[in-house]
Order: sequence, then C-alpha cells, then structure tokens
Amino acid sequence: MHRSLLLALNDVSPQNLSIFDPVSPPAEAIHQLSMLVLAITGGIFLVVEGILIYSLVRFRSPHNPRNGEPPQVYGSQPIEIAWTAAPALIVFVLALVIVRTEWEVRGDPEKLQPELKESKPLRVTAIGHQWWWEYVYESFGDEKLDFLTANELHVPASNRQVPSERRPVYLTLKSADVNHSFWVPRLAGKTDLIPGRTNTMWFETGQTGVFVGQCAEYCGTQHANMLLRVSVDPPEQFEKWLDNERANALESDDAAIRKGKQVFLAQSCVNCHRVAGTSAHGKVGPDLTHLMGRATLAGGTLDNDRKGENLRRWIEDPQTIKPGCLMPAFGLSASDLDGVVRYLSSLE
Amino acid sequence: MSVAEQPRVEAPPWTATLNEWTATVDHKKIGLLYICMSVVFLVVAGVEALLMRWQLIVPRNTFLSPQIFNQMFTMHGTTMVFFVGMPILIGIGNFVVPLQIGARDMAFPRLNALGFWVTLFGGLLVYFSFLTGSAPDFGWFAYAPLTERTFARGPAADFWSLGLIVSGIGTVTAAVNFVATILGMRAPGMRLWKIPFFSWTILWTSVQILLALPPLTAALFMVVFDRQLGAHFFDAQTGGSSFLWQHLFWFFGHPEVYILILPGFGMIAEVIPVFSRKVLFGYEFMAAATMAIVFISMGVWAHHMFCVGMSRTLDLYFAGASLLVSIPTGIKMFNWLATMYGGKLWLASPMLFACGFLSLFLIGGLTGIMLAAAPFDFQLSDSYFVVGHFHWVLIGGTLFATFAGLHYWYPKATGRMLSERIARWQFFLLFVGFIVTFGPMHIAGMLGMPRRIYTYDANRGWDIWNQLATVGGLIQAPSYLLFVYNIIVSLWKGRPAGDNPWDAWTLEWATTSPPPPYNFEEIPTVHSRRPLWDLRHPDDPDWQYE
Repeated sequence: MHRSLLLALNDVSPQNLSIFDPVSPPAEAIHQLSMLVLAITGGIFLVVEGILIYSLVRFRSPHNPRNGEPPQVYGSQPIEIAWTAAPALIVFVLALVIVRTEWEVRGDPEKLQPELKESKPLRVTAIGHQWWWEYVYESFGDEKLDFLTANELHVPASNRQVPSERRPVYLTLKSADVNHSFWVPRLAGKTDLIPGRTNTMWFETGQTGVFVGQCAEYCGTQHANMLLRVSVDPPEQFEKWLDNERANALESDDAAIRKGKQVFLAQSCVNCHRVAGTSAHGKVGPDLTHLMGRATLAGGTLDNDRKGENLRRWIEDPQTIKPGCLMPAFGLSASDLDGVVRYLSSLE
Repeated sequence: MSVAEQPRVEAPPWTATLNEWTATVDHKKIGLLYICMSVVFLVVAGVEALLMRWQLIVPRNTFLSPQIFNQMFTMHGTTMVFFVGMPILIGIGNFVVPLQIGARDMAFPRLNALGFWVTLFGGLLVYFSFLTGSAPDFGWFAYAPLTERTFARGPAADFWSLGLIVSGIGTVTAAVNFVATILGMRAPGMRLWKIPFFSWTILWTSVQILLALPPLTAALFMVVFDRQLGAHFFDAQTGGSSFLWQHLFWFFGHPEVYILILPGFGMIAEVIPVFSRKVLFGYEFMAAATMAIVFISMGVWAHHMFCVGMSRTLDLYFAGASLLVSIPTGIKMFNWLATMYGGKLWLASPMLFACGFLSLFLIGGLTGIMLAAAPFDFQLSDSYFVVGHFHWVLIGGTLFATFAGLHYWYPKATGRMLSERIARWQFFLLFVGFIVTFGPMHIAGMLGMPRRIYTYDANRGWDIWNQLATVGGLIQAPSYLLFVYNIIVSLWKGRPAGDNPWDAWTLEWATTSPPPPYNFEEIPTVHSRRPLWDLRHPDDPDWQYE
C-alpha cells in the first residue's frame, strides 16, 4: 500500500484526481504556475531552514552568566533594506506570472482564442442540488438541445490541433439551494455554485475516459457524497449518447415493466423525479429518463450494477446508504418495489 | 530559605478562594482565568479533532454518522478560533502587558473582568446547543444559506450566533482595555517606541480586533434577524444574498488570522533575544513590519473567495495584496534569525518552542504564498491542502509561540519552574506528531480530497495520507496531556523560580514571582527597551544605541 510521494502524485489510474496530472487548458495553465510557485517557495524554504539549522548547531551554548554575553548587534539599515527588497522582487515576478495565468484560466476563451469560432462548443448549465448535480444541455454547436440529465456529465473529446474539430465545453453554474463547488481537478480548478449568482467555467480535453471529482464547498449533511463524474467520449460515441439522451423514455411492451411503471407513476416518486414522456415531472430530485445510461446511482454513491440489486437497495432504504439525504424510504411492498426496480431498470 | 521552610498558614476556606477568583479584577488573575478556560476548551476541541481523525482512518468508515462528523468540525473550528486561540492570547496579554510596561493593572479593571466572564459564557452558550439535541453543523465560517431556517432547522444556529455575539463583546472590551493601558499607563521614560515587543504586538492586535470584530457582530445579528425576525439578508430565494455573508465573514475572518498570529510574533520576539542572549535585531523594522501587516491584512479578505467567480480584476487585486503580506512577515523571520546569529543559544523549553515556531511557521507562510497565487488557489481552495495550511499556521505558528510564551512566563506567574524534562517530551511529541498529522493533508488535497467530507471512497489514493494524519493525531494527543500535567504538578513540585530565572531584561522580571497584587513596590523609571540590561551593564547601557 505504501507508495512514495512521487509515485502517488503521478498515479494515472482511472480514479486519479491529481492536480499535477492535468488534461485540459485551465488545469494545465494552473499546473505550470504551480510548478513555478513550488520552485520559488522550495528555494526560500531551503535557504531559511538552512540558516536556522546552521545557527542552532553553530551557536548553541549552555547558559552560564559568568561567561558573559555575546556582542550585542542592534540592527543594520542596509541589511534590512536588502531583505525587504529581495522578497519584494520575488513578489513582483510572481504577480506578473499570476496575471498571465489568471487570464488564461478565467478569461473568456472565445475572446482570447479567435480560432475557437470554428469549433463546435458544448454548452451545459450545471445546477447544484443538495447532494446531486443537474445538467441542462443547452446547445451543441448551433444546435439547440434543451434536455435534462443528472450526476454524470458526458462531453465530446476535442482535437485541439484542428480548430474545426475542437469541442470546448462551457458550463454555466447555478445552485438550487446552498453553495456548492464544481471540482474535477484534472479538467479545471474549482468554481462555486452560489444561490442567486451565475458563474461560468470551461474545459476542453482530447483525452477520453472518465474524470472524477466532487463538490468542494461544504453543502450540508451529505457533502461527502456529492460526487462528480465527467465522461469524455469519442465524438461519434458522444453524439450517439446525445441522440439517446434527448429522446423520451423508452416504452416497453413487457407486461411486468408496464406494471412497474404504473406503480412508479402512482407513488409519490413523481413529486420529485422526472421521466420524460410520462406524467412524472418532478424537479426536486434527479431526472431518471435514461437512468440505465449511467454508471452510478445515488449521486455517485453506488455502482449501477444493471441487475437492479443496488437500485433496489437504494429505493428500499436510501437513509442507510446516504444518511441524511433528502429521499425518504417509502415502505413499498415487495412486489411494488420489484415493479419499480424493473421499470427503472428498463430506462436505457 | 526555600518556600517549604516557611511556617504554614491556615488555608482559607474554599469559598473564600472561589470568591477571590470569581470576583477578582486583578489583571494577573484574570489573565490566568483566560488561560485556564482556553486550556479546557483546547482539550475539548482536541477530542473533537481526534474523533474526526478516527472516522477518516479508513475509507467508508462508519464510526461517526455524517451528522455528528459535521457537528464535530464545526465545533472544533469555532472552539479553537474563538474559545482557545483568542482567549489564550488575550489571557497572556492580560497577565504580561501591565507588568511589562510598568503599570499596576489594566486601565479598566472591572471592564477586564467583564470581558473574561462574557467570553466564557459565550463559549458555554455555543456548547449549550448540544443539550438541544444537535450542535451547529455548518462549518465555522457558516456559509449562508446553511444558517437559514430552511437548512438549519433546530436552534443550534441561534446558540452559535448568540454565543459568538456575546463572546465578541468580551473580545472587544479586552482590545479597548489593551489600547488604553498601553497608550496611557506606561512607566515613566517608556516612550511608545520603547515598549517591549510583545506589548507592541498586543497594541496592534487590539487595533485589529477593533477593526474586524464589529463587522462580524453585525453579520451575526443579521443571521439572528433572518432566523428569528424573518429578515432576508442571506436568503437568495427571497432577494437576499448568500454571497454577502462571505464578504462580511471574511472581512472579519482574515484579519482574525493575524489577530491570532501577531501576539505569537510578540512572544517569539521576547523569547528569541533572551535565549540567544542578544538584543532583538532591528526593533524599528520589526515594529514597522507589525503595523504593515495590520494595515495590509485588512484588505486581503476575499482571497478566501477566489472560487466564487469574482472578476479577474478583483482576483488579481486580492492575490497581489495577499502576496504583499509576505514581505513584512519575511522581515520578521529574517530579523529573528539575525538575532540568533552570533548569539549564545540557550535551548531551554521556551527557546525550543520558539525554534519549532520558526521552522514550522515558515512552511505555513510558504503554503500561504501558494494559496495567494489566485489560479493555484482554484485547485487548492477548500481542499485538504487548505486544512494542512491553516493548521500549519495556527499550530506551527500560534500554538508553538503560545507554548513558548507559557513556558517563558509560567515561572513569573506561579513562582515555580516547569519540569524541563516533561517540557522536552511535550515539545518533541508535538513537533513530530504535528508534522505527521498535517503534512500528509497537503498531499491529500493536491490529490483532489476536499475538506469537510465525513468519508471517502477507497480507490482515490487518499487512504495512506489519512492514516498517517490519524497516527500523527495520536502522537500529538499525549503531548497536550503532558502539558496539562506539567502546569498542574509544577505548582507544587516545581523548583522555586526566583524573580528572574531566565536572566531576562523586561520589567516583568524586576518584580517578585508571583508578582504582588500591586505589581511593583515603586514604579521604575526606564531609559531603554531593556531596563534590566541597563541595570546589569551600567557601563554599556542600551539607551546609547536606541
């Protein structure tokens, strides 16, 4: 288990969240700045600790008043000026680099990089809820999308060398209740979601795969389980996902599933959850239209095992899995529970 | 001659002792009361920290429920800042400042007593929330709207706000008292630029308290109005602004950090010269650096808010201003090192803690530079890196300095020496345990671990760093117990101290240990910053060089 610091920081497993392993321009710019800052502070550290340790070794002396006192030095103006000026110079250099990085990270990329006009950007509004993420897909290129999904953000991979194949992702960040913060360390630094404010952030990556993170601003009881998953898909796969996701929920002919759907629609599930194409229009909880398209359940807390076992556990008693979460146990009968699980398991 | 040979006097009844300590207006007794209160709260908040560390030792642990964990970190932070950090520094100031400047008491002795009792009751008020079934669980900076009735349904948020309002009154009275005492009651000959360095930092800490505390009190009243009177200051759904709370809180919260560290700087600037046997190098620059820190640090608060989506201009202003603080802080560091350089370093317990302070506070300062670099902060903010950073500043800085001060002045306060052997064990356990606890937190943060999570998944590479941190906590814990044991047992078992056991040079060492209620039989006249040096070296007094 024990690995050296260096190995741990460079670990490139699927669950890598290291800020030193960036795959998107904002995270890369920050990474560069961080290397410079670490080098400067590391240098200062070595010099000052060195002087301290040298003094401790060289000037240590058991106290004996009869030996007399060392020469008293009251100060020196030139020395004071020197060690005021040196840090001031370092601060000045740092400030210049910070200005540049700030522009790269927080500047509007469409203004700073004219070639992005040829790209096909994905625009998504992310809304933080106590303890899950709502994603409203606004547009992809010139195409309006306007559909909802939850907890797992899918974005296309970008080819950063060819302007027309670039796929930057622009997020608009809002909150439905308290403060949250969107943090997927390998894609970008964090940006808060604050009630009554609208924030923005962006990222763009050529590396496909799943990038994880989690809410970084304390938001109440289940802050720890407000997990983020960003799936960067190859372009064709992303468009396929998009086509599936924007459609209404699948209608099944299977009698058991239809029965389960009736149970679902008759219960109070629909007060909070939405399934597009049915009478379930709830907006308090996550959208379930294509629940089986997701790798996880319960805001990332459970694997979506496809056999419905975790889904069943979750619906049966959410409070043991995510204590304090806003979904109560409804005390469904075993057959109703089977039906609901069967129905939700059909929502590909 | 020793104390043991003196004839025993009949002990006064315990009611008389109780009355003496509760009704006292003597600055020394009030100072000790502050310190005792802080040590008790230190142990309580330490236990809260250990409970959290135990929960985080393995992924998906179920030792604490999320509700309890969230209450623990809220109470730990609130307690450490408001009921340990500030009162222990105010307590040391209370005891030392009048002695150091040659005064018989604080300027307003009864206000002083009020300040202590109000601070204590404020602390108890916050803790009473446990009796209502639930302590506050919104973090020590209590971001709105988590404090609104919608999200904090029980009375815990009311206890929290009222407790801090009440104790805030105590803090402000202490600050008023310090300013009046230091400006108005110095011994003859002690010009403002000749006051001992600790008193100088207490003066500027008080100024900062007066600037920073009232905004917090106002903001807390707004919380109470929101909750009890249906106001909507922080409720975005009805036109308020949760964002406003962040500005109001950090306008207090950042200066608070300097309120907690400046007196520490002062204690270090007393201890290092005495135990290096040299005069403080560059007093004037140190004094000016203190003022610079106070003024600059009033304008850096929003560096806690880089991720809220401020404009680039604001981000850069707050980053630049925050970096500026490092210049006067650096000046202090260099002057301390220059004081040690060429001296005769006597590594008694106060000096050990002072050297611990120098080596650790430096790191806290450097990680502070990383956090001030705004874009870097977009990654580090609200991660475990920040938790590591501010503990490095508040333990490596404030607490090590406080221990240096407590070990330095304990003989003056009690007339007895602390056990050096226990003090050494305490120091090394704390030094090692501290690094093992808070070092790994920086790494966990850079690996993406956010703060304030009650649990985490196993596959994120955070386990080992959390395990180390917990082990470090277990190493630290006995260190605090040793300290409590040492200060209690040495009251009886300690070697008699005499007036001036460290051969120190400021006025508090000119009177007896413990000092009489009136402090000095005759108020001395001073000519320099080191009056006892002048007495001992009449051929080469300090005033020639100042």
